Amino acid sequence: MALCQIRVVPRVKSRPFRGMGFFLGSWVNMLINKCNEQGRVSYLKEEVRRIEGQALAELEKAESLEELQEIKVRVLGKKGSLTAMLKRMGSLSPEERPVFGQVVNETRDRLEQAWAEAAQSLEEQALALRLEAERLDISLPGARLKHGHQHPLTKVIEEIEDIFLGMGFQIAEGPEVESDYYNFEALNLPKEHPAREMQDSFYITEEILLRTQTSPVQIRTMEKLYPQLPVKIIAPGKVYRKDDDATHSPMFHQVEGLVIDKGIRMSDLKGILLNFSRRMFGPGREIRLRPSFFPFTEPSAEVDVSCMLCGGSGCRTCKGSGWIEILGSGMVHPKVLEMGGYDPKEVTGFAFGMGVERIAMLKYGIEDMRLLFDNDLRFLRQF
Amino acid sequence: MKVSLEWLRELVNIKLDGENLAEVLTRGGIEVGSVESLSEGLDQVVIGQIKEMQIHPDADKLWLCRVDTGSALLTLVTGAQNLLVGDKVPVALAGAELPNGASVQEAKFRGVVSQGMLCSAEELLLDQSVGLERSEGGILILAPEAPVGEHVADFLGLKDSVLDLELYPNRPDCLAMVNVAREISSLTGAPVNLPKWALAEKLGDKLDLPLVQDVKIVIEDPELCFRYAGLIVEDVKIEPAPEWMQRRLRAAGVRPINNIVDITNYVMLELGQPLHAFDRDKIQGAVHVRRAHAGEVLTTLDQVERKLETDMLLIADEMSGLGLAGVMGGLDSEVTSGTKRLLVEAAHFAGVSIRRTSRRLGLRSEASNRFEKGINPYGVLATLGRVSELLLEIGAGRPVGYVDEVSYLPPLAEVTLSVKRAGEVLGTEVTAADVKGVLDRLNFEYTETQGLFTVKIPSYRSDIQIEEDLIEEVARLTGYDLIPTTLPAGDLTQGMRTPGQEIRRRLRQVLIGAGMNEVLTYSFTRPDTDRKWGKAEQRIALMNPLREELSVMRTSLVPGLLEVAVRNLSRRNTDVAIFEMGNVYLSEEETLTKLPQEELRAAGLAVGKSERHWLSPVLEYDFYYLKGVLEELAKEFGLSFAYRALTGEELLHPGRSAAVYLGEQRIGFLGELHPRTAKELDLERAVVFEIEVQPLIEQAGTQVLVQAIPRFPAVQRDLALIVPKETPAAAVVAKIRSLGGELLQEVEVFDVYTGKQVPEDRKSLAFSLRYQSLERTLKDEEVNELNSRILEGIQQEFAAEWRK
Repeated sequence: MALCQIRVVPRVKSRPFRGMGFFLGSWVNMLINKCNEQGRVSYLKEEVRRIEGQALAELEKAESLEELQEIKVRVLGKKGSLTAMLKRMGSLSPEERPVFGQVVNETRDRLEQAWAEAAQSLEEQALALRLEAERLDISLPGARLKHGHQHPLTKVIEEIEDIFLGMGFQIAEGPEVESDYYNFEALNLPKEHPAREMQDSFYITEEILLRTQTSPVQIRTMEKLYPQLPVKIIAPGKVYRKDDDATHSPMFHQVEGLVIDKGIRMSDLKGILLNFSRRMFGPGREIRLRPSFFPFTEPSAEVDVSCMLCGGSGCRTCKGSGWIEILGSGMVHPKVLEMGGYDPKEVTGFAFGMGVERIAMLKYGIEDMRLLFDNDLRFLRQF
Repeated sequence: MKVSLEWLRELVNIKLDGENLAEVLTRGGIEVGSVESLSEGLDQVVIGQIKEMQIHPDADKLWLCRVDTGSALLTLVTGAQNLLVGDKVPVALAGAELPNGASVQEAKFRGVVSQGMLCSAEELLLDQSVGLERSEGGILILAPEAPVGEHVADFLGLKDSVLDLELYPNRPDCLAMVNVAREISSLTGAPVNLPKWALAEKLGDKLDLPLVQDVKIVIEDPELCFRYAGLIVEDVKIEPAPEWMQRRLRAAGVRPINNIVDITNYVMLELGQPLHAFDRDKIQGAVHVRRAHAGEVLTTLDQVERKLETDMLLIADEMSGLGLAGVMGGLDSEVTSGTKRLLVEAAHFAGVSIRRTSRRLGLRSEASNRFEKGINPYGVLATLGRVSELLLEIGAGRPVGYVDEVSYLPPLAEVTLSVKRAGEVLGTEVTAADVKGVLDRLNFEYTETQGLFTVKIPSYRSDIQIEEDLIEEVARLTGYDLIPTTLPAGDLTQGMRTPGQEIRRRLRQVLIGAGMNEVLTYSFTRPDTDRKWGKAEQRIALMNPLREELSVMRTSLVPGLLEVAVRNLSRRNTDVAIFEMGNVYLSEEETLTKLPQEELRAAGLAVGKSERHWLSPVLEYDFYYLKGVLEELAKEFGLSFAYRALTGEELLHPGRSAAVYLGEQRIGFLGELHPRTAKELDLERAVVFEIEVQPLIEQAGTQVLVQAIPRFPAVQRDLALIVPKETPAAAVVAKIRSLGGELLQEVEVFDVYTGKQVPEDRKSLAFSLRYQSLERTLKDEEVNELNSRILEGIQQEFAAEWRK
């Protein structure tokens, strides 16, 4: 409203001045020519001024575009009051007509402009009102987009797969219900070997059991690929052992790895696993190998990674040692290479196996393994 | 294996404390589970003697004791009722922090100040292995000879650290103190100080005693008993063993009994050979090592009568069983206070047999553990030599001779090691000097020619059989840290998933994208629910399940999902949309002779509704939600499923279930639970699906071929019809399609309505039709004509009425 006044008011004030100039310019003629015509002209001009003054006042007061339109029709329309003034021009002398016509046209121009300004101002007002009215509570939550969540274990498996795919490994698979031969014997664990006791198995018959490890996939892969070189696979999957407590589940997941080629060295094992550890647990991680025992590798090594929580300075998770055991590994035992068809004099290899649950627990700070198989949605939705 | 640091220091010259030694061993491949300081929390607990006792004047359940602690006479208040004047008891002085976490202060009990506390065994966290006198019913009462004023820890032999070794099965040698000492010497370079009996091979496999003739040993089963030797002892005097021996036994977790039993246990811990002492006067005639007869029974030392089986190895005389070979002695031939003569057995039994017996009887002992894992066959006689020495040393008896029957003595191993190959396998430079250094530290004998070592493996290291075993020793003793990190040098390989692996991943992503949460359930399940949903006739049962609920391999994924849903609803998780992808296990055989079929399936379940949201409408799960999920799945793989009504289903709602087809192959089902099933489980309106994954993998489109976007405008027409209620919408759509011809690009149902303005037996279906030509702009008239032709056709076929 304020803007409107500032624009309109000065023009209203300037009008008498300009009118006066006009009067002065034609003064000599008027004296020479008809005195009564002079009276008519000034009357008409006065009338035009009155119309203009009133229209401007109305424009200023108008509160809606409809009102503005009404004023426009009433004053400037075909039958409007200002237009009507032009029709009364016929009563003037030919000299006076153009002069008066110009007065009317100038008035029309001014009014049209004033009208446009008033209209714009009203539009702006309306827009401002709309914007204000449409203000949202931006603190409210957004629309609900429903999507599900992947189980942390399959998520970790896929992550492990991707890391090894990136290093040129393929993904091999084997049955979960496995023969004693593949699960034990071919892995240098003959019947009655004391090391079989490290794994308490679920049996279906004397000869068929639920695999206790993903290692049988080593043998199956070798049998399938022989004599192809290099062999470079990982084998993720479910495995089963007769344990059930806060740190053991009767079903759990492992990822096995196997590389066989001419001239594979234990240092290669270390290099691959260092790469893996850094991709999985962060770029700054280090690994260390500790001597260990698995019947199907020799030499064997337990692999520790520098603690991802404290960085190696010692904390609760790493029990103060700075190191966390993440997997078992070693150079493939010559007997196992033989079982798979490869000649241990020609080729060497390394193998490793990791527990997916353990890695998931470390990665996500899960303290109780049972949560992983409880499938509480409040847990699952965090992944 | 529990290793006393005090004992160990006698055998190897080390200064390391328990924690550091544990680190050295662990880095060397012998994992140390824990290091326990036996005296922790006991430094303020001393031995006191009760001088006077009186009932508390204001509490008849409390006693006031005057206790002599050597330096003072303290007044102590106790509620225990097992004390007598003169008893020796542990006194926790004011300021003590006890092993169980309690801190002891002077405190008033009904007006009387107690200047410390009398302790129970529980408060001191002492277990039976410590050899307590009387501890039940209150305060621990110590042996009468306990010296007043001294620390209880000293008296009980607790001024020691004990390392608990968690041994892998390849190192049974470390079940002997002397071999632990050897291992530490190899790892640290510290010199050993072993009894001569530890050097079995050097002793020449005989004892400085006469071989006696009057005790006859008969090995009836040379497959199960490779050697049986016995020491004959006369003039036995049964007494408690000396304090130092008892202390070491306790530290190792073995309860002292008497001098004879303690010597056998002590030597077993020291040298690794299990021993057993029989009362020779209870043996009648020859000693037989034989399998048990059918139906034979034996009462073992723990006073349990054992029913034996014919593959169990027994030590017996002419009359009856004397003991279960390698597992536990018999009660009848036990050494008692009256025993005068002994037969001390040292034998080599087959580990397999011992393990079978001990497992079957649920009877595990220090002896059986050692036999199972493998003893040193060359150490048998040496062990008896050590027993003989200790008997004389402590005056427990007089060894007079021995017997020794050998049926088999495994040869000693010789292994060659190439320096070059060691370097190649490890990926680091290995020199002959490195190998020499390692073999010297191991104290192995060897010869070397041009980088080829021939190594004599000592009898106690039966784990070393091939070159790789020696390479591990080299790596282990030079340190795994010296192995560098390299990458395999061979040909480049492509890392990629197989199409099947790829599809499984995408399948999972589609289901997640559709709002479903992935779950993982056990592959074994309950027989009763699996029978309902799966194929009981093809099911595989476990021989030794953990429990009944986990006793059969699943033949359907649905029971697992139902269980998860029930559990979640009971925890007020009311929006349950879950899926699992995993195997079911099927076999045509009743008893498996080959591996079963593992069939990959995907199953989903949705029940309940989404949480209220201020903006988004609440989503209630129903048949169409899961159908939408399946349609999305099919679309992802360029397929489409067909749905055919199911008949005769008992578990699913007959009007809200469908068989899912891919082409002509039935791949699964989809449906709402039958109200009866739903009620049973409290899963109102739950919907489930289960499909096979393999058909998707086989038929999935592998390639997307883009269709051109039409250049000419489409014409949209809506068509609303009222049809009989049972008319399938899909049939109407199919008819519209066939009538519409190639100009009809798309037909969608956009509204289904029953209710007001529609007769009760009818429903309104509204379709949106899109006409479009790839070549030209369609004229209104031709679309109108097509549309009316469709309308006519539909009206005829379905008794439909046009709803304008």
